[in-house]
Amino acid sequence: MTETSAESPAPTPWQFATVVSITDETSHAKTFRLRLDRPATHLAGQHYVIRLTAPDGYTASRSYSVASAPEGSPELDFTVERLDDGEVSTFLHDVVQPGDELEVRGPIGRWFVWNGTSPALLVGGGSGVVPLAAMLRLARRTGRSDLVRLVVSVRSPEDLYYGAELPGPETTVVYTRRGPHGGTRPPGRLTAADLPLAPRRAVTAYVCGSAGFANHATDLLLDAGIAATAIRIERFGPTGPT
Amino acid sequence: MSRFTRGFTGRSRGAEASRLPPGQYDTGTTWPVLTAEPTPRLSIAAWSFAIEGLVERPISWTWEEIHALTPATYHGDIHCVTTWSKLGMTFSGVSVDTLLEIARPLADATHVLAFSHTGYTTNLPLADVTGGRAWVTWEVDGRPLPVDHGGPARLVVPHLYFWKSAKWIAGLRLLDHDEPGFWERNGYHDRGDPWLEQRYQGD
Repeated sequence: MTETSAESPAPTPWQFATVVSITDETSHAKTFRLRLDRPATHLAGQHYVIRLTAPDGYTASRSYSVASAPEGSPELDFTVERLDDGEVSTFLHDVVQPGDELEVRGPIGRWFVWNGTSPALLVGGGSGVVPLAAMLRLARRTGRSDLVRLVVSVRSPEDLYYGAELPGPETTVVYTRRGPHGGTRPPGRLTAADLPLAPRRAVTAYVCGSAGFANHATDLLLDAGIAATAIRIERFGPTGPT
Repeated sequence: MSRFTRGFTGRSRGAEASRLPPGQYDTGTTWPVLTAEPTPRLSIAAWSFAIEGLVERPISWTWEEIHALTPATYHGDIHCVTTWSKLGMTFSGVSVDTLLEIARPLADATHVLAFSHTGYTTNLPLADVTGGRAWVTWEVDGRPLPVDHGGPARLVVPHLYFWKSAKWIAGLRLLDHDEPGFWERNGYHDRGDPWLEQRYQGD
């Protein structure tokens, strides 16, 4: 594998961010728009750590991908899936309100990032679409939708994030359990036929989703002749190295 | 930390809490898989482990040869930088001490770069992989190490964040300087001590 950068990064300090708005994406996912005290420029695909602190000093922190494109705004969107046993995600969903302050640190990660100038095949499963949405939004905002193809796999239409925004010539949605009314593809697991591969030999693939989804999607890409070195993966739970 | 989060009390701190480094939680029976590269398809027949660089005797072992060395086991906890810890694990294989006794580091060796069959790398001070603190392992909890978790063999350096415990380990290169590995070049800490929360560069 190759690296995105060789320079030593500056430390990323903790800071506070204010919750500006909370929007439902699905019945299990909300987008939190945070305004940072000290805005930093992120790369599409990077994440922040959100840290919760109890009055006795106990902390819990998790990483969440930025969903919004880098656009110099002090406001960032994070889409968080509510996991029933998730200490942080249940708190964010059930307790946090607009106006609250959250402690955050980032942006973090320079591997699962897209620079906005090279061909990219984005393959997301479920909530794995979040960092890929930042890439798609960047491509559209800069008029370079020709560079990206996004394939999202979800169980049913009710599980799709950004459903109003996603449709376009550069995107495909695959339904594994139940498709939309009038859909032509029978519901089923992602296959090689769902991946727009043929004319894009120099592509870098970005795969994000559960470990099972990531392994399956990666196998499809490898079988289709994409080099292992051209595949970047972000597996759930949280993001980053082990 | 002068401000706390409105409404947050956190989970009850159980008896295990004192075993957890700051900012970590007990993941229980689950073992998350987090890898940035495709899971490789490695065959035992083609597998090898090498020690190279600043050693008197650069050497490479096959799967059979490394299994003939004195076995060793780590029993204890592991800590991932993404904030999960997994308690009471057992990894079996061979101690890095045993391997280095055979390869014999030169006096000017100060660091190692661990490298994997995938091309993944991670850097460690030599002192962090000696003295009974690092293993090359092929069994976890009595079973062959699953490929998603680094099988057929991974490095285990449990006193550091687990990205230092390189999956699909192929060898150690001894150096007279510190040379950042994959995650370290991508923003993560060069040493990664969980008790000091050395998560990112600059921590």
